[in-house]
Amino acid sequence: MALDDSALVAAIADMDEDVALELARGALNDGCEPQHILDLCRAAMDIVGARFEQGEYFLPELMMAGEMLEQIGAMVKPLMLAGEADAAASAGPVVMIGTVHGDLHDIGKNIVTFMLEVNGFKVVDLGIDVPVKTFIDKIKEHQPVVVGLSGFLTLAFDSMKETVDAIAAAGLRDSLKIMIGGGQVDETVRAYTGADAFGLNAMAAVSLCQEWLGRAKAA
Amino acid sequence: MTDTVQTPEAKAAYDARWARVMDCVQLRRPDRMPIGMQPTFWLAKYGGMTCRELMYDYERTAAVAERAILEFEPDCHSPMFLASASGRALEAMDFKQLQWPGHGVGDNQPFQYLDREYMKADEYDEFLEDPTGFYFRKYLPRVAGVFEGLDELPTLPGMYYTRLVMGSRAFAKPAVRQALERMVTAGEEAERLFNRHMAFENKMTALGYPASYMFSSISPYDYIADYFRGAKQIMTDLFRRKDKLHQMLEKVRIIITRTTIEAVKASGNPFVFIPTHWAPDSFMSDQQFMTFWWPPFRQMLLDLIAADIIPIPMWESDCTKRLEHIADIPAGKCIYWFERTDMVKAFEVLGDVVALRGNLSPSMMTTGQPHEVDAAVKHLVDNVFNKGGSLILDCAFGIPDETPVENVRAMFDAARKYGG
Repeated sequence: MALDDSALVAAIADMDEDVALELARGALNDGCEPQHILDLCRAAMDIVGARFEQGEYFLPELMMAGEMLEQIGAMVKPLMLAGEADAAASAGPVVMIGTVHGDLHDIGKNIVTFMLEVNGFKVVDLGIDVPVKTFIDKIKEHQPVVVGLSGFLTLAFDSMKETVDAIAAAGLRDSLKIMIGGGQVDETVRAYTGADAFGLNAMAAVSLCQEWLGRAKAA
Repeated sequence: MTDTVQTPEAKAAYDARWARVMDCVQLRRPDRMPIGMQPTFWLAKYGGMTCRELMYDYERTAAVAERAILEFEPDCHSPMFLASASGRALEAMDFKQLQWPGHGVGDNQPFQYLDREYMKADEYDEFLEDPTGFYFRKYLPRVAGVFEGLDELPTLPGMYYTRLVMGSRAFAKPAVRQALERMVTAGEEAERLFNRHMAFENKMTALGYPASYMFSSISPYDYIADYFRGAKQIMTDLFRRKDKLHQMLEKVRIIITRTTIEAVKASGNPFVFIPTHWAPDSFMSDQQFMTFWWPPFRQMLLDLIAADIIPIPMWESDCTKRLEHIADIPAGKCIYWFERTDMVKAFEVLGDVVALRGNLSPSMMTTGQPHEVDAAVKHLVDNVFNKGGSLILDCAFGIPDETPVENVRAMFDAARKYGG
C-alpha cells in the first residue's frame, strides 16, 4: 500500500510515535525510496520547529521529535547506498558547537545540535569541557561558518570570552560568526565575551545560522 | 571550639533581622528591606582559597563564611558552610552523581551534577511497588560506591517469623558486609560535617545572624526528572509513560512531604528552601505544567504550610508565564525567589500573595561594575519594595561564584542606601 505522505508528516509533527514508526516501517518494506522518507521527516520537523517558535511546542516535543527521527533514521540508513548516506551527512555548511572549558553541561548543546542538523546544517560537536586549543584546532580543520559556544554555569562567561579572544588571536575571527547560549547568557554576557549574538533557545540558534547564511533554510 | 554566648545586643540584632524577614513573609511592611546572602563557591574567591580547599578544609571554610557574614551583616544567610564543605563526606560515600574539585573537575571549579538515567524506563513499576527495596537493590548502588553490595539483599518484606532468622544470613554476605562497613564510615564523616555545620550556625545565631533555612527540599517532578530519569528521559516520559509518571509523582509527593516536615521540624528553623528546575516557561507547555508539574507541588506546598513550615520555592530561569498559576496558594505563607523572571511583573501578579526574593542578574554581578549593581538594586527598590512589595533583596540564585567582591559590597551598600 502506498505511503500516505501527509499521514507520516502529521504523525511525527503531532508526536504520535507509534503511528509514525509503523508508517515509516511499512513504507520502507513496500519499497518506498529511503530519501523520500527522510524528506517527509524534514517536512515534519519544519512543522515542529514552527510550532516551537509559536509557543505551542516546548523542549519535550523537540526531544520526542528527535527520538522519532533517530529511530526512522536507523531504519533508513541500511537501505541507502553508501554514497547517498555520505553525501547526506556531508551536505550543508558546517556549524561547530561545544560546551566551553570548565562546564560539563550538554543538554542544551545537544538540543541545539539536533535542531541545526534537522535544518540542514552539518554540525561538528566537540562535546563538553572543550579546551580553547581544541576549538582553534578544530576550526582550522573544519572551517565552520558558525561557532556555537554553550555553557550553563557562570564560570562559562570567562571561558567563552577566552575562547572568542583565542579565535581572534589565531586570525580566525573574521571568517566565522560566533553565537553563545545556555543558562544565564544574555546581552550583557554577549557583550562581555565578544560573541556576535546570543540565543535563548534552540530555534534561536537555527534562526541565527540561517540569517548569517542569508537564506530562509539551509540546503 | 567554645560555645559563643549571645549578648543582649546580639539577641536584639537577631530578633530585628528575623522580624524583618517574617514581616515580609506575612506581607507586612518591614522597618527596612531585608537582604539575603547565599554564597557557595564565591566564598573561595572571597577567602582566597581554591574551590577544593573550600570543600575540604572545615576550619578555614567556617572562618571564611563567618568573615563574610560579619562583613556584610545579611538579614538571613544560607547554611553556607554545609553547602560548601561537603568534599570529605562526598569522598567517603564515593558519591557518583557529582563531580567536584579533585574528583572530575579542577581544583578551582565548582561541583557539577551529572545528568544520568539513574532509574531506567522499565523500572517505574519496581519503584512503585516497593520504593525502599528499589533503593537498596538498584538506586543506591548506582549513586554512591558505599552502597555497592546492597543489591545482594533479599526482598525484606518477604521475610517473616522464622524466615527472618535464616533471612538474616544475607547480612553476612561479603559484599553486603562490606557495604555496611563502608556506610558506617561514610556516615561518620557526614556526622562530622553536620556537627561542624551546626556549630557554625549556632555561633552565627549567637552573633545575631539568622539562617534563611536549614533544610532544602524538592518538587516531586524535579525529584523524578533530575535524580531518577534524567533530562532526556523525563521529557519523553511525558509522551510514552504518562500514567506511570503520574503514579510516581503521587508516591514521591507523599514521601518528600513527610521527610521534609520531619527534617524541618527537627532543624528548629521553619523555612525550607526548594530550588525548582523544570518549571520554567521554556521547559514545558502550560498544559504539561498544569498536568504534571504544578498540581503535586502545590499540594506539597499546602501540606507544608499546614505544618507551619514556610516554603521558599526558588523559581529557576524565567517563569513569567507561570505566575498566574503559582499565585494559587494561601497568602502570607511563602517566599517566592525568582531567578530570571521579571521581578516587577512578579510583584504585580503576586504582591499580595507571597514575599519575593531576588534577583540581581548573574551576568551583571559577575561582569558589571559597582555602579551598575547600585542601579539594579535601586530599580528593584523603586519598583517593588517602595511600592509595597515584600522584597528580600538577593542575587538571582545566590552570589555567582565569580562575582567581584566589590560588586557584593555595592549590592549591600545600595540595599541599605535605598531600602531604608
